[in-house]
Amino acid sequence: MSQIENVIEMRGITKQFGNFKANDNINLSVKKGEIHALLGENGAGKSTLMNILSGLLEPTSGDILVNGEKATIDSPNAANLLGIGMVHQHFMLVDDFTVTENIILGSEKTKSGFLDQKSARKEIKELSDRYGLIVDPSARVEDITVGMQQRAEILKVIYRGAEILILDEPTAVLTPQEIDELIKIMRSLTKEGKSIIIITHKLDEIKRVADRCTVIRRGKSIDTVNVKETSQQELANMMVGRSVSFKVDKVPSEPKETILSVDNITVKDSRGIEKVKGLSLEVHAGEVLGIAGIDGNGQSELIQAISGMTKVESGKITLQGKEIQNNVPRKITESGLGHIPEDRHRVGLVLPMSVEENMALQTYYKEPLSKNGFLNQGKMRSYAEKLAEEFDVRLQSVSEPIASLSGGNQQKAIIAREVDRNPSLLIAAQPTRGLDVGAIEYIHSRLIEQRDNDRAVLLVSFELDEVMNVSDRIAVMYEGKIAAIVKPEETSEEELGLLMAGSSLEKARASVENPTAEEETIHE
Amino acid sequence: MNVTAVLQNVIASALIYSAPLILTALGGTFSERSGIVNVGLEGIMVMGAFSSVVFNLAMADTFGSLTPWIGMLVGGAIGFVFSFFHAVATVHWRADHIISGTVINLMAPALAVFLTNIIYGARQTDFIKARFGFFTFPVLSDIPFIGPILFTNTSLPAFVGIGIAILCWFLLFKTKFGLRLRSVGEHPQAADTLGINVYLMKYAGVLLSGFLGGMGGAIQAQAIASNFSASTIAGQGFISMAAMIFGKWNPLGAMGAAIFFGFAQSLAVTGNYIPVIQDIPSVWLQVAPYIITILALVFVIGKSRGPAANGKTYIKSK
Repeated sequence: MSQIENVIEMRGITKQFGNFKANDNINLSVKKGEIHALLGENGAGKSTLMNILSGLLEPTSGDILVNGEKATIDSPNAANLLGIGMVHQHFMLVDDFTVTENIILGSEKTKSGFLDQKSARKEIKELSDRYGLIVDPSARVEDITVGMQQRAEILKVIYRGAEILILDEPTAVLTPQEIDELIKIMRSLTKEGKSIIIITHKLDEIKRVADRCTVIRRGKSIDTVNVKETSQQELANMMVGRSVSFKVDKVPSEPKETILSVDNITVKDSRGIEKVKGLSLEVHAGEVLGIAGIDGNGQSELIQAISGMTKVESGKITLQGKEIQNNVPRKITESGLGHIPEDRHRVGLVLPMSVEENMALQTYYKEPLSKNGFLNQGKMRSYAEKLAEEFDVRLQSVSEPIASLSGGNQQKAIIAREVDRNPSLLIAAQPTRGLDVGAIEYIHSRLIEQRDNDRAVLLVSFELDEVMNVSDRIAVMYEGKIAAIVKPEETSEEELGLLMAGSSLEKARASVENPTAEEETIHE
Repeated sequence: MNVTAVLQNVIASALIYSAPLILTALGGTFSERSGIVNVGLEGIMVMGAFSSVVFNLAMADTFGSLTPWIGMLVGGAIGFVFSFFHAVATVHWRADHIISGTVINLMAPALAVFLTNIIYGARQTDFIKARFGFFTFPVLSDIPFIGPILFTNTSLPAFVGIGIAILCWFLLFKTKFGLRLRSVGEHPQAADTLGINVYLMKYAGVLLSGFLGGMGGAIQAQAIASNFSASTIAGQGFISMAAMIFGKWNPLGAMGAAIFFGFAQSLAVTGNYIPVIQDIPSVWLQVAPYIITILALVFVIGKSRGPAANGKTYIKSK
């Protein structure tokens, strides 16, 4: 009977792309009515495995059993018929269609040749009431929130009669409230006997929702554990393959001379609104200055102004004693700036270009990468190979497009390019956004290493624990100004939170030290 | 001339000139809704015009007054065949849509004139005998005021085109086929995950555009030019594409825009009868349709948004 208990059994699944094994002999079994988490770093092979299960990819070898019977899943339709449906990380919704049109697409009901949207809408209404999947069936997808888009995706899968739902990184795009909502929906689905596979690298979510968890590392299945009996630390260690520390190891900093000095600058955004309003700060050699703040308080404009990507209206920026405001980016770069940009896809990389070309972007015009105006392909390749090796960028070949690397490896490639030039100032803007614990740990240690080599590091992040962990001093930015500068060992997340919301330092300190009874309970 | 006669003349001329544009713009709509840009419509119209004239000259005695209608279908069939090349090139060989379309546009007039030379020994064909001519609707033409203006001595192909546009609207927005075709032009990957055959839908879109564009060319030749030469189709394919964009990729919008552009083209002919503009030098009226097209492109089309995945090649992962 144990055969029947497993709705899905994947045995020895291997998927090969060229020489690269994305999945290497993976085993996975999912019980009826459970929420089964699939945990692994970016690029570990989770999505590949699920694309195989949902019929988008065909395995090179291995067997899939659905409800105890061997099945061939060679198309999304075949997966559909077996009751398997996938909600993709990047929603598969047509923006221009209504929710109803999106849900019925591909399994439309017709009445004398015409689409029967009326009965479809009724059916969608029933399903949405039953599982608490609240959507507006006649709204166009481009007009609804991300949360509702996701509910529409889930409805799309259920409408096709799916009994086994695969959710690929479902919380990546949701707000905390929407995540709570989703967890409720997942519970109501399993209560009705449906099984859910959730792909994620967020440990706290696994602890919150999953019954069991299968860990995948570099294409291999490591273990399947009961979530209740396993700690977050154990899960993280299994995922990364070694002991992960959530704390950054570092010795106290020894700040030296001033490297960057920003003096009373004003910067406008693209719409002409003043975003940085007379801001001043200094970063010294051998320290990490963290900038904390809620998104939109002028952090992006500050970085763009320092790196020369936007105009400084007034004020002075000095890098190693040289005024650099309103210089072209290359000149600033050559004066000693390394920049890990906020948006690695738009600013940091040229996605369709190869890894070696991307790694040469800052130095391609100089020897040894080019001579007499011609690029030296051989030197570019060996340079990229050296950097990939040194910075643990995992890739098949440096000539593959950088778009095919996982987010963590793309970020490592940028860091390699920027750090290798020995800049006296390194700006790291949201350096770990969207990355998993292993990559985050690695990037943090690289930032600290820069600091220990007597470089100045300016870190901008919306993640409070990142700012707290990595920085030697924290500058809180609020409405285009530095609201306060504090030391991480002398502050708390609550205090920073209040400062970020516009409190003055005295007020924040007072309310953290003498919280009212009400606030006490909130902080619990 | 009295007001009724002037209006009748202006409307009928506008409709005559808009009929080819309506059908071709509808063709473009299907192609682009499936995500394939078909700039080859101009060349497809040339082939449709050429083949319909050849058919007309050869078979007019056999089919009599039905000849131009059958010629229209012949033009459609040839357009269908030509668009097949475009479909294979863009869908399967992943060619750039503009380049493939340009190849058709360069090849079609050369081929058609070459064949004309071989068949008729001249750079242009003889004039056809069985033309579309003018049509007066029974019953409808008796409606007071409207009847004489809209339904007397007018272009039947234009009314057929309007009918086809309405059918196309239903096909595109109210049927399973239309929903799937549009999904492929907007988000092919989503369609793929739902088990829709993306390539098949793209073929359907392009082939439909070839059929409609070929018919458009055939109407141009058999209702307006009356023979075939290198100048029979002079930009109508491109104007149709502008009409499609102007009409926001909606069959009814494309039809409306095509009638507007047809009106602009007809001004060169009817301008002399319209009191307000009869003093404008005729050269201005002749360039008017092109200038109006450019102005429409600049001022209106900048704001209109086409299918999201239009012009992009979809590669299915294995």
